[in-house]
Amino acid sequence: MEKAATRQGVEVRLENLQRRYGAVTALDGLSLTLGAGELVALLGPSGCGKTTALRLVAGLEEADGGRVVIGGNDVTGLPANKRNVGMVFQAYSLFPHMVAWENVAFGLQMRKVGVEERKRRALETLELVGLASMANRYATQLSGGQQQRVALARALAIRPQVLLLDEPLSALDAKVRSRLRDEIRRVQLEVGITTLFVTHDQEEALAIADRVGVMQSGQLEQLGPPTTVYSRPATPFVADFVGLTNRLAGTVKNREVEVRGVRLPLVQPDVPDGPATALVRPEAVSLATDGVMDGPLVGTVIAVAFLGATSRVTVDLGGVTVLAQMPTAQTAEHPAGTKVRLTLRPDPVLIQREETNPAGS
Amino acid sequence: MAAVTASFQRSRRARLQAFRYVVLIAAAIFFLVPLLAMFEFSTRKGLNVGSGFTLTYWRQIFDYPDLVAAITASLQLAAITSIGMLVLLVPTMVWVRLRLPRLTRIVEFICLLPLTIPAIVLVVGFFPMYQWMGINFSDSILTLSFAYVVLVLPYCYRALDAGLGAIDVKTLTEAARSLGASWFTVMWRVIVPNISSAILNAALLSVALVLGEYTIAQNLLYNNLQVEIAQLGRANAGVSIAVAVASLLFAFILLVVLAFVGRRRRQPSETLVQDFARGGRK
Repeated sequence: MEKAATRQGVEVRLENLQRRYGAVTALDGLSLTLGAGELVALLGPSGCGKTTALRLVAGLEEADGGRVVIGGNDVTGLPANKRNVGMVFQAYSLFPHMVAWENVAFGLQMRKVGVEERKRRALETLELVGLASMANRYATQLSGGQQQRVALARALAIRPQVLLLDEPLSALDAKVRSRLRDEIRRVQLEVGITTLFVTHDQEEALAIADRVGVMQSGQLEQLGPPTTVYSRPATPFVADFVGLTNRLAGTVKNREVEVRGVRLPLVQPDVPDGPATALVRPEAVSLATDGVMDGPLVGTVIAVAFLGATSRVTVDLGGVTVLAQMPTAQTAEHPAGTKVRLTLRPDPVLIQREETNPAGS
Repeated sequence: MAAVTASFQRSRRARLQAFRYVVLIAAAIFFLVPLLAMFEFSTRKGLNVGSGFTLTYWRQIFDYPDLVAAITASLQLAAITSIGMLVLLVPTMVWVRLRLPRLTRIVEFICLLPLTIPAIVLVVGFFPMYQWMGINFSDSILTLSFAYVVLVLPYCYRALDAGLGAIDVKTLTEAARSLGASWFTVMWRVIVPNISSAILNAALLSVALVLGEYTIAQNLLYNNLQVEIAQLGRANAGVSIAVAVASLLFAFILLVVLAFVGRRRRQPSETLVQDFARGGRK
């Protein structure tokens, strides 16, 4: 899918960025480097500081400390209108009194591009997002998805050094969101622009980004490729926030954790021995109904949640509930009430020690 | 059963329609009868109703130089006050919304304050200021616009607040800024066009208020339209009423213009996309 050869963006560096609102620290020394033409998604719960980081890059807010460097130039002190940055907002932001092409041409007009050139580039950019035929429509005559595509065209028309996307899909319904998500990625790769994408939707972040940064309390908890963030979470928070996690009591011994008789490798093996809680992904749990139905991993199915292609089965292990995720076709064998034996796939797991009352203890 | 329900709904609609007409006619009578009476009085030949029609009083308006000067001054005051109010209020309100939302209530309170103070009390406050201005700056009647800007603040604040509340000022501003617009461009090219109806409403309220203002002008010893009408009323009631009707008509015409301008939507260039589709990429 990626066309690295077409990438021509610039490197963007966020260096030790700090931002406080009164007593609240929104950003606490955030450092992050986006490679040229890379799409990095900042993921995190509300209030974690991801939008603040994006707004500092855009120049819509002033940093209390740190630097923003775009293409080797320190832009920290520059106002928003002097930075060559394109931004798509969460709220619909098309100028209501202008038609689509006028919206797209607005930034070009600010750059004193001639009328004919403005129109040509506006329509070309609208064509890029598949909306050239709607160039004469007002925002009220466009659907939410179309409005966000025009907003994307408007941000790209000025040929910015960086594209900033502030939860641009959150106001859209699921189907449009998924389609537009792919559209954004296609356009980003085609244009080759360095992009910072902010979202609280982990599926969105994992699907679209070259790298995902998970944030909490104004700090970056983990930054890495989506597969790494998902399969090897650096902290319990990341494990919790990116996908569902089972918390099973176990014991660390010899760089492994033993959970109900099963030994699992550790994401971070250098931890002292002792009791701990293992964080196990639902998809690493499988069910069997044959063989010996005895032991610490035998339980009863109490619920099956249909999710479409996959289903989530909740199993009661005598006071401890464990989630297992599997293809829907397989769940027909385990209706509620069935006695099952769990198998844990030996994927590397993260452990947590601070929990005082872990499940399964 | 269905036929009975449909018949009941038809009759209900008819009754509602009739009620609307009754209300409309009653309101029209309430507003139009005094106007027509004034017009009749200003076009009456003799002393009694039905004594003939004449436009003498209307023609005489221009025979009174003081009246013409007062009309000119009031129109100038209306224009200056409207512009002054907009220049003062629009950027302030936008700035408060963007940067100082905590001050919203305080600004609102300050703007609404003149509504709670009787005009005569305002005059007492204004008097020393105007005395000083008369000696050190100017004693032109146009200086009344300072007082009038204060006077129209409550009404215009409400009109503009409704307009700004209807758009997402913050997002539109940030979008424009990120596209390279200066603060002036943001105001002039993005905010103002999207609150144009509110601005027109506020301007109309200012004009109507200034054209109808009497107390402040009279007590600060300036002859604006209303003061002149009152003075003329003692000498020539016919001309006085003719001017009053004319000023009301002026306000009415302004309202019609406002409704027309507010509803009109600019048509985009229909040929743009077609040109492009035909290969108009130069």
